[in-house]
Amino acid sequence: MATLAATAPRGVRTESPGIWLPAYSLWLREIVRFYRQKARVAGVIVSPLIFWVVLGAGFAHSFNAGSGTSGHYLGYFFPGSVAMIVLFTAIFSMMSLIQDRNEGFLLSVLAAPVSRSSIVLGKVLGGATLAAVQGIIFLVFGPLVGVHFTPAAIGMSILAIVMISFELTALGFAIAWPMDSTQAFHAIVNLLLIPLWLLSGALFPLSGAAGWMRFCMMLNPLTYGVEALRGSLYPDAPTEFSLPVNLAVTAVFCLLTFVAAWAIVNRRTNRPSA
Amino acid sequence: MATLSEHPAAGIGSEGTREPMPIALDGVSHNYGDRLALDNLSFAVQPAEIFGLLGPNGSGKTTLFRILSTLMVPTGGSARIQGFDVAREPNRARQQTGIVFQARSLDLKLTVLENLKHQGHLYGLRGENLKRRSDEVLRRVGLSDRAKDFVETLSGGMQRRVELAKGLIHSPAVLLLDEPSTGLDPGARRDMWQYLRTLRDQEGVSILVTTHLMEEAEHCDRLAILNQGKLVALGSPAQLKSAIGGDVVLFETASPEAARSLVERMGDRFGVQPSVLGNTVRLELPEGHRLVTAVVEAFPGEIDGISVARPTLEDVFIQRTGHRFWADAREKE
Repeated sequence: MATLAATAPRGVRTESPGIWLPAYSLWLREIVRFYRQKARVAGVIVSPLIFWVVLGAGFAHSFNAGSGTSGHYLGYFFPGSVAMIVLFTAIFSMMSLIQDRNEGFLLSVLAAPVSRSSIVLGKVLGGATLAAVQGIIFLVFGPLVGVHFTPAAIGMSILAIVMISFELTALGFAIAWPMDSTQAFHAIVNLLLIPLWLLSGALFPLSGAAGWMRFCMMLNPLTYGVEALRGSLYPDAPTEFSLPVNLAVTAVFCLLTFVAAWAIVNRRTNRPSA
Repeated sequence: MATLSEHPAAGIGSEGTREPMPIALDGVSHNYGDRLALDNLSFAVQPAEIFGLLGPNGSGKTTLFRILSTLMVPTGGSARIQGFDVAREPNRARQQTGIVFQARSLDLKLTVLENLKHQGHLYGLRGENLKRRSDEVLRRVGLSDRAKDFVETLSGGMQRRVELAKGLIHSPAVLLLDEPSTGLDPGARRDMWQYLRTLRDQEGVSILVTTHLMEEAEHCDRLAILNQGKLVALGSPAQLKSAIGGDVVLFETASPEAARSLVERMGDRFGVQPSVLGNTVRLELPEGHRLVTAVVEAFPGEIDGISVARPTLEDVFIQRTGHRFWADAREKE
């Protein structure tokens, strides 16, 4: 024993990696993984495009929402399509959380001296960045449907997209964390997230909805995000609430979803954690 | 079994300035609901030794591994790594520990180097320091030329080596490996053990290996044998085996009934105390071969087969638990 002690391990190292370095590393990994999987990139860009064109063009004749300057359903549907891209990207990137868990990757992160907050931060910011970038790219179609890009319009829409991306990704994280199968996650997506989008004013305006549906839409946090985006893109379009109110409600929901994700990750248990 | 408990505090506080033990368990218990998975385990892993945790499936190895890797908090007792309590100061304990899980933990979509960089970041390494460590561990596991390859293009054996490199990136004092030879061919296993010995000898790393394979356990400096969550034996493989008197003699009979009747008559006739394991009568005694002829002549036609062997770790297990290594796990499953 005494002789062994002479060759005992190097001095005790106790410096902590801090919050930002691991968060940065997890964030970077999300981005790198996403752009290495070309099919994912294509799917996330093309499917909402198809949705937008097909659904928008189909509805345009039978349904005429007063959508501001364009007066055209494709124009009305445009912010909703952006929200959909963001939603899809956020959902897919948070599905990777379940994959990380099943593939064992998450285990080695959880066993590292990393605070749980930096895991949430890295994953959520990673997913939100991807979602926001995809959403912002989609804005290039804006001028086709009557969006006049002033610097203010660009700035405000980007802000709205970033906030929608963050809240949806954080919500997805909170849902995906306790799950161990992507099938179960899909069920929740269909049950919760898609209706969240359908009832957000993406497809039809609040003003035209029946009483109970209108009530649901008022409760839906995504409504305020989509409204904020619509208000930024079409400053003259009628919206239910003013832009500052929409942005403020969305910001509050960003905070709430992040806190929820953080709280779920920080539960310590006597059960296997991964 | 209380006599087996080593006092884990022995290395820690007695002289005040002593380096803490790499791993010290003090009365660690864990239950999942009603089921007791670990029952009051106390032992310590010494600096710079390869310590084996041997047990059949369901013996509690995995539970203990989870506790030591800070993924689970034990329901009773305490476990320390380099003096840091895994439940109360998990991040301190984590900083000291390198972990190689049984399942793959690499990101297949990243390159070998990217995986190592990511792992380094999680442990607070960055910049030049991280680059140097990555090069070092890759050279050590002999994969310097594959640094830029995607992990998914590597063979299973190479992926295990990357796992090992990943676990070592932050120069841990303690290395935990869960069933490290899973899925490795014999050549790769040999390489792995050689590498673990190098780590122990050159860098003084203390290594804990879980295994359900007797021949793996033979490579360890010391062993803890677990059965149903209890510590049943502790010591070096040689010590444990020499604790068994002499040779192990097995007589195969036609049926468990025949074996039981044979045991009684052998006891009367030769004054020995054999035990029964299924169809087999098992006897531990010095110079066992001398008895064989006498027994066969005394009970003609009753014995189908005989073996005389030096004790193995399985014999240690049988002696301490009264059943075969695998019997219990099979019953449970």
